[in-house]
Amino acid sequence: MSATNRMANALHLSRRSFIRVWATAAGGLLVSLYLDFPLTAQDAGQAKPKVYPPDAFVHIKPDGTIVIQVNRLEFGQGVQTSLPMILADEMDADWAHVVAELAPAADVYKDPVFGIQMVGGSGSIAHSFQQYRELGAKTRAMLVAAAAQQWKVPVNQCRTESSVVHGPGGRSAHYADLADAAAHMPVPETVPLKNAADFRLVGKKTRRLDSRPKCDGSLKFGLDLDLPGMKVALVAHPPVFGASPKSVDDRTARAIAGVVDVFEIPLARKGAGVAVVADKFWTAKQARDRLRIDWNVSGVERADSSQLRENYKELARTSGNVAVARGDVKALDGINATARIFAEYEFPYLAHSPMEPLNTTIQFDGERAEVWAGSQFQTADQMAIAEVLALRPEQITFHTEMAGGGFGRRAVPDSHVQREAAAIAKRLRGIPVKLIWTREDDVQGGYYRPMHAHRVEIGIGPDGMPSAWRHVVVGQSLLMGTPFSAFGVKNGVDETAVEGTANTQYEIPNFHVSAHHPTVNVPVLWWRSVGHTHNAFVMETLIDELATQAKMDPIAYRRKLLKPDARKLHGALDLMEEKSAAWRNQLPKGHAVGIACHEAFETSVACAVDVSIENKRPKINRVTIAVDCGIAVNPLTIESQFQAGVSFGVSQLMAKGAITLKDGYVEQNNFDGYTPPYIVDAPTAVDVHIVPSTEKPSGCGEPPVPVISPAVVNALSQLTGKRYRSLPLVTI
Amino acid sequence: MLRLGQAMFRWSSIILFACAACSTTSSSAAGQDMAKKTTATPTRDAGLAAWQQIYSVLTHPRCINCHTATNYPQQGDDRHRHLFNIIRGPGGKGVAGLNCVTCHQGSNAESTGVPGAHNWQLAPLSMRWQDLDDKILSSVEVCRSLTDRSKNDNLGGAGLLKHHDQEPLVLWAFQPGHHRDGTARTLPPLTHEEFVAATRTWVEAGTPCPQNP
Amino acid sequence: MEAFKLTVNGQAKEVTVDPGTPLLWVLREDLKMTGTKYGCGIAACGACTVHVAGIATRSCVVPVSLVGDRPIVTIEGIGQDSVGRAVQDAWVSEDVVQCGYCQSGQIMGAVALLKSLPRPTDAHIEEAMGGNLCRCGTYVRIRQAIKTASQQLK
Repeated sequence: MSATNRMANALHLSRRSFIRVWATAAGGLLVSLYLDFPLTAQDAGQAKPKVYPPDAFVHIKPDGTIVIQVNRLEFGQGVQTSLPMILADEMDADWAHVVAELAPAADVYKDPVFGIQMVGGSGSIAHSFQQYRELGAKTRAMLVAAAAQQWKVPVNQCRTESSVVHGPGGRSAHYADLADAAAHMPVPETVPLKNAADFRLVGKKTRRLDSRPKCDGSLKFGLDLDLPGMKVALVAHPPVFGASPKSVDDRTARAIAGVVDVFEIPLARKGAGVAVVADKFWTAKQARDRLRIDWNVSGVERADSSQLRENYKELARTSGNVAVARGDVKALDGINATARIFAEYEFPYLAHSPMEPLNTTIQFDGERAEVWAGSQFQTADQMAIAEVLALRPEQITFHTEMAGGGFGRRAVPDSHVQREAAAIAKRLRGIPVKLIWTREDDVQGGYYRPMHAHRVEIGIGPDGMPSAWRHVVVGQSLLMGTPFSAFGVKNGVDETAVEGTANTQYEIPNFHVSAHHPTVNVPVLWWRSVGHTHNAFVMETLIDELATQAKMDPIAYRRKLLKPDARKLHGALDLMEEKSAAWRNQLPKGHAVGIACHEAFETSVACAVDVSIENKRPKINRVTIAVDCGIAVNPLTIESQFQAGVSFGVSQLMAKGAITLKDGYVEQNNFDGYTPPYIVDAPTAVDVHIVPSTEKPSGCGEPPVPVISPAVVNALSQLTGKRYRSLPLVTI
Repeated sequence: MLRLGQAMFRWSSIILFACAACSTTSSSAAGQDMAKKTTATPTRDAGLAAWQQIYSVLTHPRCINCHTATNYPQQGDDRHRHLFNIIRGPGGKGVAGLNCVTCHQGSNAESTGVPGAHNWQLAPLSMRWQDLDDKILSSVEVCRSLTDRSKNDNLGGAGLLKHHDQEPLVLWAFQPGHHRDGTARTLPPLTHEEFVAATRTWVEAGTPCPQNP
Repeated sequence: MEAFKLTVNGQAKEVTVDPGTPLLWVLREDLKMTGTKYGCGIAACGACTVHVAGIATRSCVVPVSLVGDRPIVTIEGIGQDSVGRAVQDAWVSEDVVQCGYCQSGQIMGAVALLKSLPRPTDAHIEEAMGGNLCRCGTYVRIRQAIKTASQQLK
């Protein structure tokens, strides 16, 4: 049947057609029909097969449900609620009937700023706010136009509210009944957007759309996927990065009932692993445990944390590639030794360890592939799978599954997990295969936040402010060797390694920042807030030390040192000071306040923490945190992100919060050796305050993380008299 | 006839018990013959020697990890604090939501490496064999607490013997199963039979405690 | 392979599996009940928590052979119980979840706590929930939701 005939049929199926509104790469909007195939009797009760045109954001169903496609992964940050809120607000949709779906991989779902489909850089709202507003406004305009045409009234005599168009003389029509006609209306090139005062959803605390199914066991994550005939695969990875098997004895493994196949597969970076495919997870695990693999670990660099620490410390003694050279840093040389701070910091590798272990399901029939993955990086992953399967990306349907956390771990430039899954699916042609990384695979599998060393020399002026500042950062580059290199590597400096220091908004007249990027055989990756994780720690603990030496209140010191035009930081600092004043001045004995402020991803954050020591660990009794993120689309999401984000940030302080390598082998393998914060480690109470703003929104996914570690440590310093320059806090 | 038979039964039981009680412990021998007849009650010295053997078992990680003075159990041969914030709870069985039996079942889970025995729980604080810094108490301190009826659930010698012989959590220490990596948990320095035999000797000697710490 | 009869959420089920298979994987793969989650496999995180004979149990370390005839309740069935329902409702009203992956286990733990201590203090909450990991860090709202549920159950 030709496309035209199909469209004609669709017009008669008045209950089945709906509006499709898309954004082209050039930024305009296009509308076209697409068919919604009727359910047959046997489909009833089963999930409808998802038929994806490449370009739908809004689907108005005959029953009034409005399905909004979310152009990026939901992995906790709340975007599957806040992006639909934006669209639904401009559209005047009835929020009670809005349903969100995670969009599959397609051109139209690319992040407008990054140009690929991804989530990261705390960019969801920042980059798609305007986009989703326009999508909603244009959809509304077309619905109104359809109603006005039917009623033969002027458009400006119609208004909309809660999925209904109201016309003169008491006429009204529900969006569901207008959808067909609206699909034929021309898409306006521009359309006025609401005044902020008219927002009904944006700016209001709105509960998440996905709560209930996440509380009753019904929501399926990628790991929960079940397909007819599906097999489960595990991969035995080399114990030293880049190694390959010399020999594999799989006889015992293969003898286990339910094992389908055992075979070697190449790995993304280098080396090879051994895939085990079985009918179920436990079978695959038993089989993998019984593989006798002789790994060839010669010929690959055997990274060792102790050795690296020594190397990095040595490297930091010399200036590296220059990131910032302002004023005359030789001014340091002329300063009295008593008016100087010298500090060396060290930071370990960190694993992301999202709660849901990595997984990908692929079915490849030789000509097409279908993929299910909770991916932060759909475009890249789709291309990588296409490469392994010798397909074009368009021949791959890529479903975005709900993910159990990510923190950056699900956005990997080399798509290594997807490549493993594709290699296995290729071998098992026709059979859907779910590749699972166990927690051990996750903790030992690399792609860590890199180790770092910092060396800082600060000259202190007579006013107690820094007069000269020389700062060397050492750490592996995240971007070199990836397609992102061109964006973030300048003059041999990976900007992500110095962010938070190089772009500081403190007024430091003679300022020199440089970096060394050693090459180490450990794969590394961005970890929630990236370079800010260590740079904010260094900056905010040093500022605290300066304040102490100057005998100034830490908040007042920061206020004085910040550039006057660091408006967002000043605003956050002021609000935090106001909201914490009552308790800060009434601390019980054995408690101390710690202060930190930091701007990351254009969002400014300031916090005060109340810390005491219990069972030889820092007990964070309270956090008051203020944030300027421009327009607060969903203040409830923001509150949640900051309460939880600071708890996540405590990961850096945990006694067992380090991944270490010894002679090439990762020493930890599960949460017993690499231990994230439990409830007792996290702050007991966190109150969040948002600076009122009408400016464009900036992100909240990562900004909570950088401030908490330095704030806690600044408080600890007052309790113990020590300065903490090495993370994690093994002892205090 | 019946009464004579009953009497004979009763007497032979007594004789058997007495003989069993008279048999001496041996620090090396396996397969002690329980019916061997001796007539000597163990000396105080023999009892003290037997106590030292008992002490070596009680202070082995398989036993002492649950005889803590703190609000947490220990685990492993290095007796580190039990991971995952497991705590004693009001009855020594953890707390609702995080009981001992939340993970530890009625027998060892060999496929997952979690040890188990009937009624897995901590020993009461009265039966702590460490101090608050997790330092093992001395032989004399442990002996005194074991023999203090106000602390030991009012057990006399026979009761202590029965406890060492039959309590499932005690038996577990001698068949503690394997870790999740397949390696066996280390065993106390005596077999269970040797431990029971040492206990018998010590009980028969009047449960003597050493004088000097 | 062995046959095991289980009672799950009040229903009789029968599976034939390797006896060493943890209850978690029997639930997820043989019974297709994926509400109970795999987070670590070593009972460190609590995502696998179910109730066995009313006691919170970490199903990733309990072989199905050790369950016996004790009745099992999972996250899919806990809503049938008034305490379970109150906890789920509180989780929703307090907007607890972020990624949500740990929350089945958190809820099962919280239900066990509230059934034993209907008016838990902060300290009780911290102890009972002390072994449940949330990588997103939703602990502040978990505390609040438990208190809300406790209020609702008065």
